[in-house]
Amino acid sequence: MDSSPINMSAAAQALAPDCFEAIDLHCVRHDRTLFAGLSFTLLPGQILQVEGPNGSGKTSLLRMLCGLLLPAQGSVRWQGTDIQDMRHEFLVDVAYVGHLHGIKEDLSPRENLRMSQALGRPRAGIALDEAIKQVGLYGFEDLPARTLSAGQRRRVALARLLVLDARLWVLDEPFTALDRTGKALIESLLETHSRNDGIAVLTTHQPVVLQHCTPLSLQIGA
Amino acid sequence: MPNLTQACLALLRRDLTLALRHRGELANPLLFFVMVVSLFPLGVGPDSHILQSIAPGVIWVAALLAALLSLEGIFRSDFEDGSLEQLLLSPHPTALLVLTKIFAHWIVTGIPLILVAPLLGVLLHLPSASMGALLASLALGTPILSLIGAIGVALTVGLRRGGVLLSLLVLPLYVPVLIFAASAVSDAAIGLPVLAQLYFLAALLALALTLAPMAAAAALRISVS
Repeated sequence: MDSSPINMSAAAQALAPDCFEAIDLHCVRHDRTLFAGLSFTLLPGQILQVEGPNGSGKTSLLRMLCGLLLPAQGSVRWQGTDIQDMRHEFLVDVAYVGHLHGIKEDLSPRENLRMSQALGRPRAGIALDEAIKQVGLYGFEDLPARTLSAGQRRRVALARLLVLDARLWVLDEPFTALDRTGKALIESLLETHSRNDGIAVLTTHQPVVLQHCTPLSLQIGA
Repeated sequence: MPNLTQACLALLRRDLTLALRHRGELANPLLFFVMVVSLFPLGVGPDSHILQSIAPGVIWVAALLAALLSLEGIFRSDFEDGSLEQLLLSPHPTALLVLTKIFAHWIVTGIPLILVAPLLGVLLHLPSASMGALLASLALGTPILSLIGAIGVALTVGLRRGGVLLSLLVLPLYVPVLIFAASAVSDAAIGLPVLAQLYFLAALLALALTLAPMAAAAALRISVS
């Protein structure tokens, strides 16, 4: 399996304490090696777009990056320390939006987001209603999520990015089920995040258009 | 910085709200408990001596089965909608969040069992002298059932048909609870002291409270990966 590591000099690493690194990651699922020797380093403000055919291990990679899945070999480091050795400090900084939305169908968007806030580090200076409005769910905030469409539920999950103060975003196919304005919304969120020195890793097959920065690209399993 | 107490309270409130919005499901284990117990007088016959002597065992076995029936609910829906991943990605200690979820589960399934048990005792001619022991043994025993059960659910939640495996895993671990609880109730009926059995149940509860959340948290981590 080949991969294209994004290299940077050791000197630059020393200057950037907040960097997020994957070092020599190997992924084995059901006795099949999906990728091996995958390494990259992300600096504050950088956005990485992971691309690859279906079944190439994109989701597994993202789950490894946020610590849900242990790599068969290699390590993920945040601020220079293996994330397994600093779970608490690392997880405070992570927001993950996966294939499963992680929202309760019987709770309203507002109740869901309140729960997300309680479980992580809430972002200061943004009210829940403000976040709900920003993701375009104004008027739906008190309806059970069950009654919302797939795209709207996706938006509830993405609103987590707004209400949590996380420096690392891990997004698995964030554009799924979203309409054109939804895609533009995520792009603008990513742009603000990047400008605030945040780091994001996302998988998608669609081109990500950002005004101020170009997302780095990583091909796996090609 | 994230606040652990707030997180646990929010989680507790969320789980109780969800339980309230599914009131129908909530009643199932309780109805099951009542039905199993009330089948015995029909099957064994209305002889009060026989019913009285089997009452402690019947009530407790029915409580075990009712608890087993409700266990899946602790983590199943969270696993299916991805809330479990979010829980594991919370910076708070997973064991404490798991303990909160178990507590919520006990409130909605254990407490109703305790409340309805004296009625079933009357149905089986259990003497009033043993009602106190019945309530005390259920109050100490049902949290143990939820705690031990949570480990089993955490291990099997990733499997498509974990139900049977869950009962095979969990029921043997319920045996000590059953032995001590049922013996406390039947000893009380004939006027023997029951403190020893209750102390033993309390010790089991302390053990389960400290170890089960950690085991369940570790098992959940395996189940989602």
